[in-house]
Amino acid sequence: MAANSTSTTLPAPSTGFWTVVALTLVGAAAAIYRFAVGLGASTNLTDNVPWGLWVAVDVLSGVALAAGGFSITAAVYIFNMKKYKSIARPAILTAWIGYTVVVMGLVIDIGKPLAFWHPLVMWNYRSVMFEVVVCITLYSSVLALEFAPAFLERFKLTGLQKFLKLFTFPLVIAGIVLSFLHQSSLGGFFLIMPHKVPTLWWTTNLPYMFYISAIALGLAMVSFESIVSAWVFKREQETDIIRGLGRGVLITLCIYLAFKIGDLAWRGALPQVFSSGKASLFFSLEMLIGVIVPIALYAMRSIRESVNGLFLAACCVMVGTVMNRFNVNFFAQAGPHTSYFPSLWEILVTIGLVSLMIVLYRLAVTYLPVFHEPGKSH
Amino acid sequence: MATNNEKAKGVLVDLTRCIGCRGCQVACKSWNDRKTDKTALEGNFTNPKELNSDTFTRISFIEQDKADQPVWSFIKNQCMHCADPACLSACPVGAFSKTEQGAVVYNFGRCIGCRYCMVACPFNIPKYEWESTNPWIRKCTFCADRLADDKVPACVKVCPTNVMFFGPLEDVKKEAEKRLKENPGKYVNHIYGKEEGGGTSWMYLSAIPFDQLGFDTTIPAFKLPNLTWGMLSEIPVKVGALVVGLGLIAAFRNRGSSEESSESTHGEEK
Repeated sequence: MAANSTSTTLPAPSTGFWTVVALTLVGAAAAIYRFAVGLGASTNLTDNVPWGLWVAVDVLSGVALAAGGFSITAAVYIFNMKKYKSIARPAILTAWIGYTVVVMGLVIDIGKPLAFWHPLVMWNYRSVMFEVVVCITLYSSVLALEFAPAFLERFKLTGLQKFLKLFTFPLVIAGIVLSFLHQSSLGGFFLIMPHKVPTLWWTTNLPYMFYISAIALGLAMVSFESIVSAWVFKREQETDIIRGLGRGVLITLCIYLAFKIGDLAWRGALPQVFSSGKASLFFSLEMLIGVIVPIALYAMRSIRESVNGLFLAACCVMVGTVMNRFNVNFFAQAGPHTSYFPSLWEILVTIGLVSLMIVLYRLAVTYLPVFHEPGKSH
Repeated sequence: MATNNEKAKGVLVDLTRCIGCRGCQVACKSWNDRKTDKTALEGNFTNPKELNSDTFTRISFIEQDKADQPVWSFIKNQCMHCADPACLSACPVGAFSKTEQGAVVYNFGRCIGCRYCMVACPFNIPKYEWESTNPWIRKCTFCADRLADDKVPACVKVCPTNVMFFGPLEDVKKEAEKRLKENPGKYVNHIYGKEEGGGTSWMYLSAIPFDQLGFDTTIPAFKLPNLTWGMLSEIPVKVGALVVGLGLIAAFRNRGSSEESSESTHGEEK
């Protein structure tokens, strides 16, 4: 049980970790290059494909990957599933780091990085992008407050910690509501272009599709992280918890699959699953890798009971959902003359941002009480 | 947002009249002070190949065979100036606005460069200054400065064959309908832009089906921002329902446990 693992001493950083640090620095250098020369010289973006790798991965997927934060706090504080309490803090940490990195990705991606603050004072309430920016800003603050107890515990500010505890519940609710709003609105970006997004993806339910798949992805991410942390830090696997998370992912994926099929059938678009050429191919791949294969895996007892099996299933969900975000974003822009493959700089920045998340996570779990039960220390 | 005012202007582009002289292209560059592109012969007369940050309008040349006769079509492309522009609703910082005359104009001072306008535009009109480190979104302005000054747009002014009929928006619609009615068989029976995306200030008549001339004929006939507004306008209701729902679930699930966190470190309660 997690509650028994009181030790916070972690093994010294390995060469793997230093590689990640190096990749972060390379990514930072690539970002500086992008700022220096502009988007045209550093990316393969064009007037035909204005949204590329950074939007698809760093923003659309990054936000969805951080959905574990609100999902776990909902499980623990709303549904009172106490066994997940030990992973609430790591999940909140991941989400907080995730959003911080997403915001960095956004600043790198926008053409006028120095104007990043404009949406906070120049409001267009009819814009989905405006809503997303507001929600992400507010939710980052909520996550900071939700994670603050780790700092307060570390520096033994017990009074402040008790005071903050009064707000646990409102913060959790605010986090869930804000997450629902912006996770779904990332799908909402594409509502305005019904004739551009292929029928396989475009539905007025697109926001809900994004929301449900974000929950599956968020939970998969939390279990992925729990398994990898145990491997890297040579801790015991929290088998009970990762099995429970697997069950959560399975249920969410089944709901997603049923919703997807129901929605396609309702719109009479089921035949297009096989008849839309390239879109059909990519749609099938995303559904197979991200939904159908993991459902089959989680349904098998031998997989459910093995850490490697759960790890594999979580990886499938992560890859499949990222593919979904990529597909929706790319096919929304795909015209007759469209081709796009990210430039070296785009790839380096994205790798750098992912690496930065790992570095920040590692630093946080080394210097802050993340893994042991909150409240245990006093 | 609505431009049902008397000052709203429109343009009817009668493609049957265009001779492909590209005078409009030159006049547009000249009035808007845009630099010219370096071009190359590529077996196609359309030049430049697509609109870009320095080319707000250009003639697309399409060659077809009709009854074994080669047929040229010359199609003027530029911003359509929607009644309810997708770019305007999409922009997080309100960098787009619609002038009294119906021109959709852009404010660089607000723009953050997110490029959602480019992705959202049903006609793929806004273009980006990719090579700049302080880039603008660029597109046809309907010569908003000239309109405000009671002048006609530069391209309309220069056109030698009167391809473009410029006037109050309502008159433009009437003129399009009149030409359709008075010349049976001359045009395909469609006024492109009258319904597309909920209606635009620029409209087209053509003798050849629009989808063969590069026009997107799949654009729905309603205001596209309604789709996103449908979602956004429900936010207050959704937030209220979620807060109440989550509160009730939490109260139900946590009943009987006095201190929600302190005594549960063993994680055995379910």
